[in-house]
Amino acid sequence: MPEQLIFGMEVFLNGLMAGVLYALVALGFVLIYKASGIFNYAQGVMALFSALTLVGIMEGQVPFGHLINAIFGTEIHGFGWHVPAFAAILLTMGVMILLAVIVQKCVFRHLVGQEPIILFMATIGLAYFLEGVGDIMWGSEIKKLDVGLPQGINTLIDETTFGWFGYGFFIDNLDIVATVIAALLVTALVIFAQYTKQGRAMRAVADDHQAALSVGISLNFVWVMVWSVAGFVALVAGIMWGTKSGVQFSLSLIALKALPVLMLGGFTSIPGAIVGGLIIGVGEKLFEFAIGPMVGGATENWFAYVLALIFLVFRPQGLFGEKIIERV
Amino acid sequence: MNDMNHDSYVTADGRTIGGVVMEMKNITLRFGGVVAIQDISFDIRQGEIRAIIGPNGAGKSSMLNVISGFYNPQEGDVFYHGKKRKPMRPYQVARQGIARTFQNIALFEGMSVLDNIMTGRLHQMKAGLFSQALWAGRANREEVENREAVEKIIDFLEIQSIRKTPVGRLPYGLKKRVELARALAAEPSILLLDEPMAGMNVEEKEDMSRFILDVNDEFGTTIALIEHDMGVVMDLSDRVVVMDYGKKIGDGTPDDVRNNQAVIDAYLGVAHD
Repeated sequence: MPEQLIFGMEVFLNGLMAGVLYALVALGFVLIYKASGIFNYAQGVMALFSALTLVGIMEGQVPFGHLINAIFGTEIHGFGWHVPAFAAILLTMGVMILLAVIVQKCVFRHLVGQEPIILFMATIGLAYFLEGVGDIMWGSEIKKLDVGLPQGINTLIDETTFGWFGYGFFIDNLDIVATVIAALLVTALVIFAQYTKQGRAMRAVADDHQAALSVGISLNFVWVMVWSVAGFVALVAGIMWGTKSGVQFSLSLIALKALPVLMLGGFTSIPGAIVGGLIIGVGEKLFEFAIGPMVGGATENWFAYVLALIFLVFRPQGLFGEKIIERV
Repeated sequence: MNDMNHDSYVTADGRTIGGVVMEMKNITLRFGGVVAIQDISFDIRQGEIRAIIGPNGAGKSSMLNVISGFYNPQEGDVFYHGKKRKPMRPYQVARQGIARTFQNIALFEGMSVLDNIMTGRLHQMKAGLFSQALWAGRANREEVENREAVEKIIDFLEIQSIRKTPVGRLPYGLKKRVELARALAAEPSILLLDEPMAGMNVEEKEDMSRFILDVNDEFGTTIALIEHDMGVVMDLSDRVVVMDYGKKIGDGTPDDVRNNQAVIDAYLGVAHD
């Protein structure tokens, strides 16, 4: 087998894995957009915030430590304990649910029936607010996140492929775990949305507010629930990205990569978010591999956006989105 | 409430009408300076078909929205099963057993007919999230029970053939019927119909009238409906409230109302000189 093809296959697989992580972030967007029509700009920051909180809780960091020290002249930095990863994840989930309640009670409850652009602006505000709170609460230095997920080269794949091609593929264990978790997450979300009472209520609210009210569904409850679920997805994404590249504030920028993913997949489709993520992941890796050297590299920075632009021209609703029909 | 309200009686066609289920007392509803409903009182009895009629802009829909909690009146009280009702949100009213349809149809367009009707039973489901997700125990039983109840309604309203069709694709008349089915699925103690025949042709109107009568007869459901087609209402209802410019101008049996001079004036117009 030609060497280029074998390299290409490795790049393809790595692209798939990277795509899974994009898809995880995009999934959070789709959930909120489907249920409330809000494009949540803060989804990426929510992932960052959850990762910061998780590290903070695990390390026994005192929330608002810097602030407390500055005001009271104290020198406290940690409680001196370490919380096991599993407990810390549960606690962080609690924080994300609390955040969902606060966001609904303080912001979106007062904006019911407003134009989508106003809701969008509110989420931009929320994004910067949350970033600031995360900074004051947990500090802005880059942190290492280790919840015990396996990392490093998968030797089984390395050896098997070496046996086949005489060249071992480099696949990170973390990426494999991320793929499995993403698959589980999507299955769980689909079951939740299709077969549970709460999921039915969520779909009902997404479809028609008045009708939902008339069958006894509380809009407030459903929205808090949706933001909590989005918080959970953000937490999963935060753990994956945080483990991979450290918990740092540039994490919130990965949200921007989710945008082209959504344009490809459609803003309203859960499978769309997955497929869109995979296409972007594979596309940008393969493009960099095949075309990159000819144009001086660094194509990964713009490839996704150009692809999204092309999609916008030819299929604005995305691959799986609902067709936009304007009745006049 | 006086004793008379608790007396039940039997109608000419053999249905039993019970005591008062809902009473509206001195309801006044304003939007800014506009008075939509002015000091209106009336009651709804168990098992009857109660119509609210009046010309356009009389405040009929506002009244229905007060009953279903979409509006809370500035003055006056709503008594439900003899108890004064606190100001409520629409979903709370729905959970108390008051189901409704809308003049402009509010269905979940993206869902199938079956799913739409199933949402009517959402608050009857009690099983926990995980047993639902795993399709286990109580959740399984509930789902089966709910499906049975829904299938019965589907048969009843003769919409078997469109069970799996997305509602968005249905013609207007069928959408109205699906909306009625969803409201019925909640097994309401009062069913509110906001212009159930609006925009229908004669045949569809006849069908709908038949369904309304059958629902009332078969399930004993108390029905309050709004309509401005006088003819339809007079044939359907046991008692009629007539509204005009936010005021009540008549209340009684169809025959009473038909002969009421104020009602005739409101509908035919009267010379003011």
